[in-house]
Amino acid sequence: MSDLLYSEVEEELRASVRSLLSDRVDLSRLESPEPVDLKLWRTLAADLGCAGLPVPESAGGAGASWRETAVVMEELGRFVAPVPFLGSAVLSVAALPSDDPLLRDLATGARTATLAVPLSTSDSPSWTVIAAGTALSGSVTTVADALTADVFLVPTAAGLFAAEAAHVSRTPVVSLDLTRPVADLAFDGTPARLVAPDAAPLVGRALLAGAALLASEQLGIAEWCLATTVEYAKTRRQFARQIGSYQAIKHRLADLWVAATQARAVARYAADCLANDDSDLPVAASLAQAFCSPLAVKAAEECVQLHGGIGFTWEHPAHWYLKRARANAIALGSAARHRALLADLVDLPA
Amino acid sequence: MSTADLAREFLAGHDVGGTDPLEFLRARFDAGLAWVQYPVGLGGLGLPRAEQPEVDQVFADAGAPDNNPRRIGIGLGMAAPTILRHGTDEQRRRWLRPLWTGEEVWCQLFSEPGAGSDLAGLGTRAVRDGDDWVVDGQKVWTSMAHEARWAILIARTDPALPKHQGLTYFVLDMTAPGVEVRPLRQITGEAEFNEVFITGVRIPDTDRLGAVGEGWAVAQTTLMNERVSIGGQAVPREGGTIGIVTDLWRARPEVRSPGLHDALLRLWVDAEAARLTGMRLRQQLAAGQPGPEGSASKLLFARLNQEISSLELDLLGEEGLRHDEWTLRRPTQVDFAGRAAGYRYLRAKGNSIEGGTSEILRNIVAERVLGLPQEQRADKDVAWKDLPK
Repeated sequence: MSDLLYSEVEEELRASVRSLLSDRVDLSRLESPEPVDLKLWRTLAADLGCAGLPVPESAGGAGASWRETAVVMEELGRFVAPVPFLGSAVLSVAALPSDDPLLRDLATGARTATLAVPLSTSDSPSWTVIAAGTALSGSVTTVADALTADVFLVPTAAGLFAAEAAHVSRTPVVSLDLTRPVADLAFDGTPARLVAPDAAPLVGRALLAGAALLASEQLGIAEWCLATTVEYAKTRRQFARQIGSYQAIKHRLADLWVAATQARAVARYAADCLANDDSDLPVAASLAQAFCSPLAVKAAEECVQLHGGIGFTWEHPAHWYLKRARANAIALGSAARHRALLADLVDLPA
Repeated sequence: MSTADLAREFLAGHDVGGTDPLEFLRARFDAGLAWVQYPVGLGGLGLPRAEQPEVDQVFADAGAPDNNPRRIGIGLGMAAPTILRHGTDEQRRRWLRPLWTGEEVWCQLFSEPGAGSDLAGLGTRAVRDGDDWVVDGQKVWTSMAHEARWAILIARTDPALPKHQGLTYFVLDMTAPGVEVRPLRQITGEAEFNEVFITGVRIPDTDRLGAVGEGWAVAQTTLMNERVSIGGQAVPREGGTIGIVTDLWRARPEVRSPGLHDALLRLWVDAEAARLTGMRLRQQLAAGQPGPEGSASKLLFARLNQEISSLELDLLGEEGLRHDEWTLRRPTQVDFAGRAAGYRYLRAKGNSIEGGTSEILRNIVAERVLGLPQEQRADKDVAWKDLPK
């Protein structure tokens, strides 16, 4: 049976990551020329060993599993931390074959990579880059964690290629979510190394891992939004009462707590299925996105609304959570797309 | 010797088929194998509650007669823990054995027409008269009252005190003169519940549980145990109500439409999320990490049952216009799966009202789990008799 709890080791990892992020995440940098915090990333990757948690120690990783990776995702969501974790430590690590030389560099945090697909990709993407021998041409839009990546993993009909960022043209996109900005990529005879002759299974596995683990980030976002709003409802007074004493407020927060309780079980199930390569993983991943993605949006929307005027300001951090949650709801397949995938997986045809 | 071994030893000395079922159950009670967490002499062995399921399993495997626990659920789940905690030795000896064997059915006289969510506002009066109390009032939503021998009852003994302070907890003999039970017909046409009219009924003071004026505190034992029993069993995927509509969807392609497909998948996701939440809750309890998550399960269960049963009617279309029956039946347990879709839709409406309305449960989650402040109240520190009614 799937273990839906957190182990002691996982809780210790959470405590370390939370302590680091609470000291170091600085959202004021998000409008600067360097919104992504590579210094923070290096501490997270090298000092805490989070860049390759599921990679064996012999291959430069931490020898843990995707369950621990999910715990880190929860904390990154809780702080909407601008680090290239999803692209490198999740999508790229999941995509690379275990004997690929790049895996060691990613696992140690020496380099970062990302998967060159639009962030909105859910499954079986259409390849927009063409390989002539080992030279790549074409473009890919709205790629996450692209601005700071050292290497791109590029799926083509002729296989999965690794292209050095120095040879790829990157155009930053004014992103809805500045905590995880996206960029457009152009390849023009770009030299690349063939990673594997068939990209589809590797990319499919990466997207499945991404969908399964993004749920944990969404859980972290929802938990921050709920906790922050509950605290505000206890301190904010109107009509000489704490606003949290009104049922109109407290019932909404109770409903959110109930949904977050479910999201925790759903996200843990997806992480556990991924860690154990469970045959139910496709169901677990789509379930996780179908449930946790709207929940995180709902939590962030409630956070803005129940904060009233201050929640609508740039000054209050609620908007970063709303933007991250809303972009996440598109990332790796919308809830509607995952419900459609579930329809096939559990034999409930349209 | 393990508790399961004790059960096997008992079975070796008692013929499952040959003994009269009631004699068998009495003997099992006397051997301490009824509820092992109870004290020796009262059906138990003073062991952890967690050891009971394996005892039950040994008896079930042997085909032993059981006490029909669903018929006596109120006795087992609510009356017994309250008697154990607050009763005198004599009261425990008198009531617990026939309660457990099922010889005496129990019911609960708490809710009143004027006191539902606000139970502590109840108005049934008990007035002391010599060695007795004389009780007048009306109770409602009483399941099994028409079969019960005993009732647990809360009544107001001092209207001049604030509402929580003037209450006292009694055990009422349902065969006493002045107790009238009428079926309460519900929106499904049947009557699972009753109204109970209490007119000049005499209760001996020896049938009082706990001190005079301590009724609210005693009732907390009863209500806490009610919530413990709403936890839920492990079910497989699609094992709950959702299975009824997924089976229908697969078997009958003609009911399918794009809009209903989306509605079905949304509910499938919610049902599976609720199932995993229950699984996680049980893992927490097994690991000795009880959390507040259990408070969520009844809220979830009520909403899911209501939405799924409503979708089923939409799926059935014209067929949903046909119902099975509106006969005034007196079921002792709900046959949710065996009835027409309309029955499920209507019965599920009760899920968000019975055992605490969803609105009250949200208050409880908000105040006890999230620590939000209470709603401002007009009934604190005011004599019950002076409250607006």
